[in-house]
Amino acid sequence: MEDKPQSLVLKPKLPVGIIGYGAYIPRYRLPNTEVSRIWVGGARPGPVKEKSVPGLDEDVVTMSIEAARNALARAGICADELRAVWVGSESHPYSVKPTSTLVAEAIGAVPHIQAGDWEFACKAGTEAMVAAIAMIGAGMGRYALAIGMDTAQGRPGDDLEYTAAAGGAAYILGPAAEALAEIEGSYSFVTDTPDFWRRADERYPSHAQRFTGDPAYFEHVTSAAKTLMSGLGSQPADYRYCVFHQPNAKFPQRAAQLLGFTNEQNKTGLLSPEIGNTYAGAAIVGLSAILDEAKPGDRILVTSYGSGAGSDAFSLRVTDKITGRQEKATRTREYIARRTEIDYGTYIRYRRLFAE
Amino acid sequence: MEVPRYWRNRNQRYALVGEVCPHCEVKIFPPRDVCPACGQDAKTKFSFSGRGEVYSYTTISDAPAGYEENAPYTVALVKLEEGPVVTAQLTDLGQEPVSIGMPVEMVTRRIRQDGGKEGILVYGYKFRPVMAVAR
Repeated sequence: MEDKPQSLVLKPKLPVGIIGYGAYIPRYRLPNTEVSRIWVGGARPGPVKEKSVPGLDEDVVTMSIEAARNALARAGICADELRAVWVGSESHPYSVKPTSTLVAEAIGAVPHIQAGDWEFACKAGTEAMVAAIAMIGAGMGRYALAIGMDTAQGRPGDDLEYTAAAGGAAYILGPAAEALAEIEGSYSFVTDTPDFWRRADERYPSHAQRFTGDPAYFEHVTSAAKTLMSGLGSQPADYRYCVFHQPNAKFPQRAAQLLGFTNEQNKTGLLSPEIGNTYAGAAIVGLSAILDEAKPGDRILVTSYGSGAGSDAFSLRVTDKITGRQEKATRTREYIARRTEIDYGTYIRYRRLFAE
Repeated sequence: MEVPRYWRNRNQRYALVGEVCPHCEVKIFPPRDVCPACGQDAKTKFSFSGRGEVYSYTTISDAPAGYEENAPYTVALVKLEEGPVVTAQLTDLGQEPVSIGMPVEMVTRRIRQDGGKEGILVYGYKFRPVMAVAR
């Protein structure tokens, strides 16, 4: 295959954009100092300040429903105009029985839809977005809903327990003429790289320690973002905002630096210091925080990362239709500000981590 | 397990879908196909806004079978904006005290699992303190 960057950029036949978006982040926060207190006597500061924790009655279904309702409110369309409801996650409540049918039923999108659950570690949501762009861009439907949402698992005492968090966002893709942000193009970079995994029926994931950095996260994120920008003929300086998958605070900041972005461009979407790593939700809940503040004409570069491994990069251009839609649903920052701190014991109860 | 019953009630439980009387316009929840106000047929679907206020409430410490995991929790009579009063759990209270007249909004949450770890997950409406959004 010819691999000139221009020919690698994914562009639909019909122009496509984001019609509506919505975030969801649960109320509870576990500070890193609590995890550190329990496991290392407080000796370790931890990679983020705190992480979001779902309540006892929350899971990927309930969180996706709320994000989808927010996206519908901003899109100003009826749910029965959607032709697809896709949910990407690595914490689907059932092993067999779709999350997407429950979400679609609750928002009133059934029955004339495609529905399915997507899996690709932390990039399951952006993979669903690429599929939604393709579906709308091919003229198979007017609107499609793609969600990335997680209630991430971390083994008690493991490094991941400091960051494995809950949250995500929902995006309605539709014709660019109605969009609050147009999709200029996307590009995905995928290899078989075993940096992080969870075997079937295992409760907690395993990871390859330092191997998760250079050959995995940085290689995929920077390759995807570079190829997309090169294919579109854009430079980091052309973008008002950038946002990357954020497994901690350090990785996305280094990725931004390696690509030539400034802290100023990266800070609005960098939520991991305050809510942790929301896995399939991480890059796109960062994007929702950006869209909450963006102005017409702003360009945004989004790059997800999923272990196993791959990255999806998108280039967006905000339109004047953003005006008036931002306040039509709860903003990302309002969810972050709705904060109740919990201790480690409450966390164990809320996450049902008691030994049985 | 009562799978058929959950299935029949899914619209009203997931999204507060009730009915509106085509004769006297009274909003009806739960749906019952006959208007409690004028006694005539009322089968027109109506989606409630989900907004309401606490009419009364109590805290459950000794939970009925299937709900033990969440105890203690607060149950309220919620007077919906459109008129009907529904019984539901309150959720996401954090440290916020509950009071009569408190504005609340509907959220869809996991209510319980029916049949233990192998059983079905039951989802339905709960109410939480209103988040500040101008819609």
